[in-house]
Amino acid sequence: MVIKTKSGSESSILSVGVYRPSRLVPNSEIVDAIDSSDEWIVQRTGIESRRIAGDDESVVDMAIGAAEQALVRSKLTIKDIDSVIVATITYPHQAPSAATAVIQRMGNPTAAAFDISAACAGFCYGVAMAHDFVRAGSAKKVLVIGVEKISDFTDPTDRATAFIFADGAGAVVIGETSDAGIGPVEWGSDSENRDAILMNPSWIDVRDTETQLTKADVKWPNITQEGQKVFRWAVFSMSKAALKALDSAGLSVNEIDAFIPHQANVRIIETMAKEMKLPDSVIIADDIRTNGNTSAASIPLAMDALLAKHPELHGKLALLIGYGAGLVYAGQVVKLPPKP
Amino acid sequence: MALSAADVLAGIKEIVEEVAGIPAASIELDKNFTDDLEVDSLSMVEVVVACEERFGVKIPDEKVTDLATVGDAVNFIVNAAA
Repeated sequence: MVIKTKSGSESSILSVGVYRPSRLVPNSEIVDAIDSSDEWIVQRTGIESRRIAGDDESVVDMAIGAAEQALVRSKLTIKDIDSVIVATITYPHQAPSAATAVIQRMGNPTAAAFDISAACAGFCYGVAMAHDFVRAGSAKKVLVIGVEKISDFTDPTDRATAFIFADGAGAVVIGETSDAGIGPVEWGSDSENRDAILMNPSWIDVRDTETQLTKADVKWPNITQEGQKVFRWAVFSMSKAALKALDSAGLSVNEIDAFIPHQANVRIIETMAKEMKLPDSVIIADDIRTNGNTSAASIPLAMDALLAKHPELHGKLALLIGYGAGLVYAGQVVKLPPKP
Repeated sequence: MALSAADVLAGIKEIVEEVAGIPAASIELDKNFTDDLEVDSLSMVEVVVACEERFGVKIPDEKVTDLATVGDAVNFIVNAAA
């Protein structure tokens, strides 16, 4: 007996949508808790402000906000979507997934749905998977959502992280197209350095501590980061990975129009661009300056901001690269969505 | 390949000038990267990686904090290359 298989078509990003939390927090609001200054934060990271979600803006609320905008822009409804991938490391339930809450609340409760844990690389992992689903015939239209509420897992007094991370969501609809709108993924890990960005302790440690000590002694699994180690890896290994993604798509730095890296730190972005020898014609996303580092949400948020500022980039080629805790990374060339 | 301390110092001067915009003339062996030259931690990473490439040595992350002065860096690189 032979097993019958399916095959699909090429795919593209049909639209992008975002949800930015309403509260904008300037550096001046957070500097006292970390004994720092606006100048110091801007010099180290380029971040001037970030958005922090309120109690009425949960991971699922923000994911749905971004998904709804992406669907409107592609003139589709949730009923047209057959799979939903949510990339997040801050959904506060082990199970069921944030993706199943999204499909249930949005009104397509039977779609395939799951979450992925690839931290700040999560969105690019999701794009790679969605593209492969469409090419393999496993799905026709996939919603990929990157969403984080990292403020729930950040210590406001940690001088290494408190000024970096932020909240938000971004989503894309990936669907069938006759031409390739998404290039091959370049992805991998450097798991020897998996302790460089951590959320510790484990839930088991939280539980066991809680039974032994007072609530005030329970250490919450806030994010920690070894800044210099991450900077070195991000700049020098990720610029090589990004160039490989470009090469896999058969393109050179002179043939792309935009560079949308994970919005980790302006210094990382600028040094990567220098290492990669990107020509001045390539427009570089810098959404982090006003919206902080939103982990899995940062690339679609930056894509949306870039298209708003440079409408001429609709339909043009962009190089994406996500990298983060793991350490894991993924990058690909994409054709930016058409003008809605 | 053995490197002379003078060659390494000259190379570091060029690198620090390029990365941090500090005039090479003010970069001397006894200068502290942080306190005297105001090279911040991220620029220091760039300096270290540029030194690795130029001199063909490995400078592990845990060693970087020991390199307080330009002289410390010169000695480390000369020994690592020896």
